[in-house]
Formats: sequence, C-alpha cells, structure tokens
Amino acid sequence: MTEKKWIPQPKTPRTPIPEQAPEVRARNFDEVALGYTPAMAVEEAYRCLQCKNPLCVAGCPVGINIPKFIRAIGEKRFEDAYMALKEDNALPAVCGRVCPQEDQCEAVCIMGKKFKPVAIGRLERFAADTFIQSRHEEVFQMEPSTGKKVAVVGAGPSGLTCAGELAKKGHDVTIFEALHKAGGVLVYGIPEFRLPKKIVELEVENLRKMGVKIHTSYVIGKLFTVDELMEEEGFDAVYIATGAGLPYFMKIPGENLNGVYSANEFLTRSNLMRAFDFPEADTPIHVGKRAAVVGGGNVAMDSARTALRLGCEEVYIVYRRSEAELPARIEEVHHAKEEGINFQLLTNPISIKGDDKGWVKALECIRMELGEPDASGRRRPIPIEGSEFEFPVDIVVMAIGQGPNPLVQETTKGMDTNRWGNIKANDDGYTTKKGVFAGGDIVTGAATVILAMGAGKKAAAAMDNYLKTGEWPSID
Amino acid sequence: MYRIVDIREISPKVQRMVVEAPLIARKHRPGQFVIVINTEKGERIPLTVADKDVDKGHIVLIFQEVGKSTTEMACRKAGEELFDVVGPLGKPTHIEKVGTVVCIGGGVGTAPMHPITRAMKEAGNEVITILGARNKDLFTMEEEMTAASTEIRFTTDDGSRGRHGFVTDELQSIIDSGKKIDLVIAIGPAIMMKVVCNLTKKYNLPTVVSLNSIMVDGTGMCGACRVSIGGETKFVCVDGPEFDGHLVDFDQLMKRQQMYRTEEGIAMEKYKEEHPGGCCGGHHD
Ligand SMILES: Cc1cc2nc3c(=O)[nH]c(=O)nc-3n(C[C@H](O)[C@H](O)[C@H](O)COP(=O)(O)OP(=O)(O)OC[C@H]3O[C@@H](n4cnc5c(N)ncnc54)[C@H](O)[C@@H]3O)c2cc1C
Ligand SMILES: Cc1cc2nc3c(=O)[nH]c(=O)nc-3n(C[C@H](O)[C@H](O)[C@H](O)COP(=O)(O)OP(=O)(O)OC[C@H]3O[C@@H](n4cnc5c(N)ncnc54)[C@H](O)[C@@H]3O)c2cc1C
Ligand code: SF4
Ligand code: FES
Repeated sequence: MTEKKWIPQPKTPRTPIPEQAPEVRARNFDEVALGYTPAMAVEEAYRCLQCKNPLCVAGCPVGINIPKFIRAIGEKRFEDAYMALKEDNALPAVCGRVCPQEDQCEAVCIMGKKFKPVAIGRLERFAADTFIQSRHEEVFQMEPSTGKKVAVVGAGPSGLTCAGELAKKGHDVTIFEALHKAGGVLVYGIPEFRLPKKIVELEVENLRKMGVKIHTSYVIGKLFTVDELMEEEGFDAVYIATGAGLPYFMKIPGENLNGVYSANEFLTRSNLMRAFDFPEADTPIHVGKRAAVVGGGNVAMDSARTALRLGCEEVYIVYRRSEAELPARIEEVHHAKEEGINFQLLTNPISIKGDDKGWVKALECIRMELGEPDASGRRRPIPIEGSEFEFPVDIVVMAIGQGPNPLVQETTKGMDTNRWGNIKANDDGYTTKKGVFAGGDIVTGAATVILAMGAGKKAAAAMDNYLKTGEWPSID
Repeated sequence: MYRIVDIREISPKVQRMVVEAPLIARKHRPGQFVIVINTEKGERIPLTVADKDVDKGHIVLIFQEVGKSTTEMACRKAGEELFDVVGPLGKPTHIEKVGTVVCIGGGVGTAPMHPITRAMKEAGNEVITILGARNKDLFTMEEEMTAASTEIRFTTDDGSRGRHGFVTDELQSIIDSGKKIDLVIAIGPAIMMKVVCNLTKKYNLPTVVSLNSIMVDGTGMCGACRVSIGGETKFVCVDGPEFDGHLVDFDQLMKRQQMYRTEEGIAMEKYKEEHPGGCCGGHHD
C-alpha cells in the first residue's frame, strides 16, 4: 500500500480542549476536560510535522512512537492510533490525562520552537477514549502457558503494567493489593475530576480477562511476607510495586490538631471512600469554610480543588518557592487558578494554632525569598525575618511529599534499601534478592505514572528472562 | 468471601460475630486487628480479633454498637457476607515470661484483651485479670477470660458485681497487698487507660496500652491514626496499636477520637430515620 502524502498544517493554532466552565466545575466532581471531537483531533494531528528524527519520542520516558500514532489520527485510523500507543504504553487513557507533557514530549516538540507544541497528550487521550467508547473488545496476544507463578505486590500503574506484560508472556500472575480496590494512586489519590475511575476499572477488568488474579485487601508483610510467597506459596518470582504511600508531615507545632490531614488521608477519604457522598457513603470528611493546602505539586492541587468541590469557600495553596518552581503540571495550576484557588507563594507554615477543643484555628506562616540554587538546581527559599503572619483556617492539608512504606522492606530478608528506605533496584528491576524485582515509586521515590508504568514493563521483560534462564545479575 | 458464620448479642449492644476468614485466622497473632467493611458504601471499621479457630478458619469479632456503622453491622445475619475484611494489621503483642502480669479490660476492651491474656498465661506468667464495667450485665467473654487467667477480679461502677469502683481501685489494692507486679496491660476506653497509666507511673510499673484511634487504611498510608508518643508522632495502625502507656498523650488521643462527632451524629440520625424501631427487632438471641 502506498503511503498517503502527509501535508502538515503548522500554521493552524494549537486546538484548545473543551472544558467545563470554571464556576460550574468547581462545585462538581465530573471531569474538567471534555476531550477533542474527531474533527478537532484530526485538525490538531495535522499540525505535526512527522519529523524524521522526532524529538518528541526522545522526550517520552517510554519512547512512544508519537509521529506514528498522530499520523494515524490524522488519517482517521483511530484504532491504529490506539494500537501504536499500546506498543509502548499500557495505559494511554490514563497517561493522556495525567502525564506532565510540558516537561516531556511537548517540551521538546519541534513545533514549540516557532509555534506551540503539538498537543500530544490530548491526542493520546483522544485515541484511547475513542477506542474505549467504540467498545471494541481488546484482543490480547497471549503466549502459551509457561507454568511459572509470579506475584505482583501493589496494584498501582507499575504493578498493573507488569502483571499485564507477564500474563501475555504466558505466566500465571497474581496481584496482591493492600486496599479494597485495585489502581493505586489512580484510585485513591487522583480525583475523579481529573481521571474518571471508570478508566482505571476498565484496565483492571482487562487484566482479569487476561487471566490475572487480583487479590485485594491482602497486605504483604502482614498476611504473607515476600519470603513466604516464594517459599510457601510457590511463587517463582515477585515484583514489588508498593509505591510511595507514606505521608510526610512538617514536624511543626500543632500538626496533630483535629482538622489537619495528610493529603493521602484527605484524598483517600474523598476518592476511595467516597466521602464526597457522605452520608450516603459512610466515611466522613471535614472541610469547614477555609482550607490551607501546603505544597505545590499535583497532590497539593488535587487536594485544594477537592476541598473546593467539597464545599469549602476559600482555599489557599501555601508554597515556599515561587510560581516558576511549582512542581505540579502546568494545566493543573492553570485550572486551580481559574477555579479561584488562592496561591500564597514564597510562604512557609511555621505552626498550626488550635482552640481548646483541639481543633485547627489558624495557620501561622512566614514569607520567603529565593536565595542561591540548592542541590536540586532550584533556588533555595530563605525565610524573611519578621515576616510572620497568621490567617484563620478550618483545615490544613499537608501535601509536602510521600516516602516509601517500610512494611515490605522490613519483612523481606536480604533485600537492600537505600538511605531513604527505597528498595535498591537497577533499571531492569533486579533487586539484591534473587527472584525479587521492584519498580515504580517504591524504587524511585514519588515520581510519575509513566515512569512507574515503564518500570513495570521493563521488569516484566527481565522477569521473563529470569524465569527462563535463572540468571541473576549483581546490581551494585 | 467473608461469610458471617454466627452473630449474637452477648450483652446489651455488644455483638459477637464469627467470620469465615481462614487465612487471617492462620496468620493472626495476639494484639493484631482487622478492618471490616460491612457494605459497599461502608467505612473501614477496625476491630480486634478476640478469638479464632484456625482449624475451622474462623475469627471472632466482638463489637459494641456505638454509631452508624456498628449498629448497621449488628443487623447482619448468619450466612450473609461482609463486603471485605483485611488483616491481620498492627504489630503483635510482645509475649514473654516476665512473672506476674495484670491484664485490665474495660468495656469492650475485654475482647482485644482475651488473646493477649491467654498468650501471657501460656508463656508461663501468673496472670491476674481485672475486668471493669458500668454494671454486672455488661461483662463480656467472662468464661473465656476466666479460663485465660490465673485469677480474675471484677469491678462495677454501681457495685452490682465485684468491687464497687473502678479498675484502678482494684489495681491499687493489688499493689497495696505487696504483690510484685512485673507488667500491666490495659485495654479499654482512652480515659480508663489514662488513669491506669497515671497510677502505674507512680509505682514505676511497666504498662502497655492498646490504642483505638480513628483509622482509614490501617497500613500506614494516611496518618489518620497518628498520636503523639513520647513527643514523637506515631501511626497507631503500623507502629502500634500497643505502646508504652507512660509515653502516650492520652488527651490528644481523646480529642482526635472526637474529630467526626458532628458527622457521626448526622449519620446515626439518618440511619435511625431510615430504620425506625431498629432493623432487626432483636432477632439475635
Ligand atoms: C494525589 C496525587 C496526584 C498525582 N498526580 C500525578 C499526575 O498528574 N501525573 C503523574 O504522572 N503522576 C502523578 N502522581 C504520581 C503517580 O500517581 C505515582 O508516581 C504513581 O502512581 C506510582 O505508581 P506505583 O505503581 O509505583 O505506585 P502506587 O500508584 O502508589 O501504587 C502502589 C500500590 O501498592 C499498594 N501497596 C502498598 N503497600 C502494600 C503492601 N504491603 N501489600 C500490598 N499492596 C501494597 C498500595 O495500596 C497501592 O495500591 C500523583 C500522585 C498523587 C498521590
Ligand atoms: C485498633 C482498633 C481496634 C478496635 N477494636 C475494637 C473491638 O474489638 N471492639 C469494638 O467494639 N471496637 C473496637 N474498636 C473501635 C471501633 O473501630 C469503633 O467503635 C467503630 O469504628 C465505630 O464506628 P461507628 O460508625 O459505629 O461509630 P461512630 O459513630 O462513627 O463513632 C463512634 C466512635 O468510634 C470511634 N471511631 C469512629 N470511626 C472510627 C474509625 N474509622 N476507626 C476507629 N475508631 C473510629 C470514634 O472515636 C467515635 O467517637 C477498635 C478501634 C481500633 C482503632
Ligand atoms: S516533535 Fe512534534 S512535530 Fe515532530 S513528530 Fe514529534 S509531535 Fe510531530
Ligand atoms: S490508619 Fe491510615 S496510617 Fe494508620
């Protein structure tokens, strides 16, 4: 078949994505962005130059063949577009919504030099949604059974991806998940208005169709240790993908007052436990009228926007650096501002004031200025002496980061960790314990969905090799 | 999956529920708890495993009807299934032969006390148990506790059984008798554990308490259960539930337990409206 000629339209402006109006969406949990129509997607696709040496692919952590899937959209071969994405990305409907494209593919897209980068993320989302809505049954290429049993600990993006890949290679895969629902951060952390739970459920359902067994409410390290899985339960290899689930607090006075939440708790109550639907759902959540969210990443934006949707009247983001350093996706910051979130930048909490019943009353902060760059290359925030002030709040949500939950590491013999408690593993997921692999946030520290997924995929390949050869490299 | 094998009221508003959970029964150690989700829209309810039958694959949960979730769960019937059960959670009790152990159970605190008492006795300790309740009708697991202890004593607030007074009065009299006590374990309402600790601190008696802070996941992921222990913030679900009682900030714990009082009231009112006259009309024997 001769290829159709591709005539790019670089002068077409970047196609905006339809969204719910800010004043409407700030009071509901429905998805903010509504997605491209086919006509919009095709128009946007034709902005792509189909570069011979596509920079975007190099910018993608898993090296998706971006020009290929975009071309397919342009030529209205939407199913081909989805298949092209699936070659490298197990969860395109998720990544199209949550990847920080502005730091990855779109950051380096050549179109960005003169015009605006191609909206790669939105096109990815379009291709995935179109496939899902078409209700095509996904066809999985399954290799014959190998008779090997593999356990995956943690059902976040990393574990789910690894499980899928291993199942395709003919292994007998069981996922063990501590919570009562599979999906990891995708179900307990990222809110519905950014990532509808349906999408994650569908991916989990696909895994079941591939024969993957999913045991929820199994806490590894408590019900079984990793050693027991291998020695007593007959698993030939284990992939640990338990994420970065341990919430950090600031260790400032007043942090145990009523009304102070970790972002994990706040978001888990609302998303996983459906507290937004209280008292229809049993789990309560308390928001009051004024909320302060401490932090500047995606987790902070999600918490702030959730507080707003739960009925809070004034919501503050308190972040110690300036706007340029906000680690959240640009789109989330933009959305948060549109919805009326009040940004207190260059501001750091120093204590939380309470009333005599033990409830939060006010947040005391100090203003900051930026000094010399620190180890991370970002300018170090320095407190401005004498600039302390406080403002009244009913709740405070701490979204300053998460670390590795130590449960599995503490109970697994001979598996080394680094000084932050993350599991030591190489790029292919090999740990210092034979038969045990690890990847995603539990290895890298809190990172991104795409990196967690990529690690799951790489580890699956390494595990397949190990199961066939029994070879184990030294990782030091 | 988690079938209710039996459920019955063993004292007013206290239910004993036997649940089929073979793996948990096998892995559970004294001091550990489970989290139960009653229905799909239910919250996660932490409950201590009060007893178990490993051969049959059963665990026993004893719970008091205090609010919406526990009241609703009390209406479940044998043969039905719980939406989910996860466990065992928390650290097991450190069981060791130390000599004489005084085990103090207040209210439904007796339930979590039971496996610990039994294990302490099996480890060769002399176990003196003190059970406290408001009146004589409110004691639970009396037979099991008697069997698990070397000696058992009762106190009631109204004097209807045993000593008229609090568990601390009974403990004081053991101390006064000159008996050497090597360890005190107290489980019950926070206020009871607090006064026990105030007393044992005076005599320098090592004291272990089991805390019941509000929880969500029970795996160290949310921090809802945090409480200050010796000035350091600890997560009760993974660092506990047992702690050195002399280090616990009980006032903070008690305040934190009140965090959802308003919401709990709303939930209970709504439940009562929807179930006038209760749901089961006392169908449990
Ligand atoms: C609120 C929030 C917003 C975010 N927004 C974005 C975003 O917009 N874009 C982006 O790219 N990234 C975002 N991230 C980061 C991203 O979600 C994570 O990097 C990614 O989910 C990591 O995947 P994972 O599979 O390694 O771990 P997780 O998704 O954390 O999954 C780990 C799973 O393991 C389970 N587990 C833990 N311990 C045990 C145990 N002992 N036994 C059994 N199971 C266990 C956990 O319950 C969990 O389900 C966000 C994170 C949060 C919290
Ligand atoms: C480790 C642990 C072990 C426990 N073991 C037992 C037991 O064996 N028997 C028993 O009767 N009770 C036990 N509890 C307490 C039990 O979990 C609560 O009574 C129950 O959750 C109340 O739910 P409710 O909706 O009926 O009451 P609500 O009206 O919601 O609350 C009544 C009171 O229960 C407490 N509570 C509410 N929600 C929670 C929650 N999610 N987690 C913990 N406490 C909460 C609060 O302090 C509240 O004031 C235990 C608690 C913990 C943390
Ligand atoms: S760099 Fe941009 S223009 Fe070039 S192929 Fe990638 S998306 Fe298309
Ligand atoms: S209950 Fe969530 S950390 Fe303890």
